[in-house]
Amino acid sequence: MSESHNAAAAPGSPGSEEGLDARLLVERGTFRLDVALRVAPGEVVALLGPNGAGKTTALRALAGLTPLSGGHMRLDGAELDRTPTESRPVGVVFQDYLLFPHLTALDNVAFGPRCHGATKAEARVRAAEWLDRMGLAEHAGAKPRRLSGGQAQRVALARALATGPRLLLLDEPLAALDARTRLEVRAQLRRHLADFEAVAVLVTHDPLDAMVLADRLVVVEDGRIVQEGGPSHIARHPRTDYIAQLVGLNLYQGRADGHTVRLDAGPHITTTEALTGPVFVAFPPSAVTLHRDRPTGSSARNLWHGRVTGLETHGDQIRADLTGELPLAADLTTVAAAELDLHPGSEVWATVKATQTHAYPV
Amino acid sequence: MTSPSSPSSPPSPPSPPDKSTATPDALGGGPRRRPRPVRRGGGRGAPLPLLLPALIGLAFLIVPLIALLVRTPWRSLPEQLTSAEVWQALQLSLICATAATGVSLVIGVPLAWLLARVEFPGRGLVRALVTLPLVLPPVVGGVALLMALGRGGIVGQWLDDWFGITLPFTTAGVIVAEAFVAMPFLVISVEGTLRAADPRYEEAATTLGASRFTAFRRVTLPLIAPGIAAGAVLAWARALGEFGATITFAGNFPGRTQTMPLAVYLALQSDPEAAIALSLVLLAVSIAVLAGLRDRWMTAG
Repeated sequence: MSESHNAAAAPGSPGSEEGLDARLLVERGTFRLDVALRVAPGEVVALLGPNGAGKTTALRALAGLTPLSGGHMRLDGAELDRTPTESRPVGVVFQDYLLFPHLTALDNVAFGPRCHGATKAEARVRAAEWLDRMGLAEHAGAKPRRLSGGQAQRVALARALATGPRLLLLDEPLAALDARTRLEVRAQLRRHLADFEAVAVLVTHDPLDAMVLADRLVVVEDGRIVQEGGPSHIARHPRTDYIAQLVGLNLYQGRADGHTVRLDAGPHITTTEALTGPVFVAFPPSAVTLHRDRPTGSSARNLWHGRVTGLETHGDQIRADLTGELPLAADLTTVAAAELDLHPGSEVWATVKATQTHAYPV
Repeated sequence: MTSPSSPSSPPSPPSPPDKSTATPDALGGGPRRRPRPVRRGGGRGAPLPLLLPALIGLAFLIVPLIALLVRTPWRSLPEQLTSAEVWQALQLSLICATAATGVSLVIGVPLAWLLARVEFPGRGLVRALVTLPLVLPPVVGGVALLMALGRGGIVGQWLDDWFGITLPFTTAGVIVAEAFVAMPFLVISVEGTLRAADPRYEEAATTLGASRFTAFRRVTLPLIAPGIAAGAVLAWARALGEFGATITFAGNFPGRTQTMPLAVYLALQSDPEAAIALSLVLLAVSIAVLAGLRDRWMTAG
């Protein structure tokens, strides 16, 4: 992470190195976070990962709320490693928003400009503009507890943006909302993020939020980056079980020899792609067909025997979890599940067409 | 204690046979399972070994107050209360208690913040030291203050030499003595409120460009205002009734250091009626404080 062109950023030449360039090293007890991030202005990056992966720690480190044990942080060419939080050009939308309960929506938004030296009147004018932009003009006088979840979220966003930050940080921005509000607020947030011209980093454990809101995903597990890329790329090429589960794919690792992939666990899978060497193979649960008896006339090249360990409804489908030669998840219609008389412990045969599998190099 | 069983529990009608009673098991257990009429109103259920001491305890706390009211010389009361000495003592008491509360606020709130928010070695010990005056006999506090701030005290001699400030046996001394005894109430109350307050509001404020002090002043302070108010009222009430430390450190000079409690004590020996009248005033103030606190708690809830 020490590219030579960093040195070229001469003082007084703004624009020579725009955006965020950070390597965040935080050590706390046995937990170790080591994440490198480069984000261009106008780009929205989502840190995606399970709980306890270190996403929020990374966000807090960027905000200066958690000190770095090592690494560096540069924003638009300026070193921020040792800059205290209040002097960083950073705006934060906290998970539960943390709107000051004793201040009105307007004064919450005006708080930042006030701290940056604006007079009370100027700060209020600016705050009113932001609330107006968020469609909250008529709620300016409301205390936070009178706001709905979606409104509070927009006030929090307005408050974070009102100081004109060069780095916008959002911690689980939609986690506090119910499902219906979430849909609406997600769309609004996406619009506001698209308008934001500086760097935006958001943290979420919800793959849908990440994929809708971000231009690029950085998947963090156990304090390390395990995969990064565009949402559609990650959705099609998961590299860890966690991501595969998030995007709803069966994922296996093995060694390819032409169209056959021999899995580390034993069985092999026939794929359309002809590859050699270590590969991942993925297929969606909907590509699996289950049979009660060994199918004879099936054209499917992939046939495995297994036993049902669990059944649960998944949208309007039934998801069956199988153990056996190849542990996998299969989706089938409720009708099909009834016809097969599936229950935990049922012995079944699973087939997957080669055309529905997808293999890619490790 | 006299409340009858609640009207919302009508006598339970015999339960109609439902499906569960069809099984022989349930049939057998049926009658025993029928819900008994619920007995409400703890008074009737309270066992005598608890009820009796409880009532004695109640009487113990209330009877002296009633006695005070019974023995009050109501006819001469207006005259007693308008006497110059009473006014002097009352005025001095109110001024000193308020000033002591002010001093406690100025140095006690930051101390509470330090104890609640800053990790430092020996914090537990410091907290114990802060609360010591709560349990220390006030007279001991007065003696200790003399050793520290008296003319020959370890700090007092410098105050005298450098600034010509003398605290013992002055009105300022009364304020010092009262603050010494009352401040722990405020610190404990504010620290508790601070611990309950979410420190992340301060973090949110710093991300908006507020220095730590600005964050404290504009965010934390308003958030913990109810706790500060409660602590201030407690401290004020404690300061108003302060006797031991005051008489030890500041003496008993009418008009200068003789506060209400001292006046009551003195009057009791020469003019019991005056003592009762003065006590009545303090009782009234205490009730007012209690009522004020209750109002605040009710609006806060």
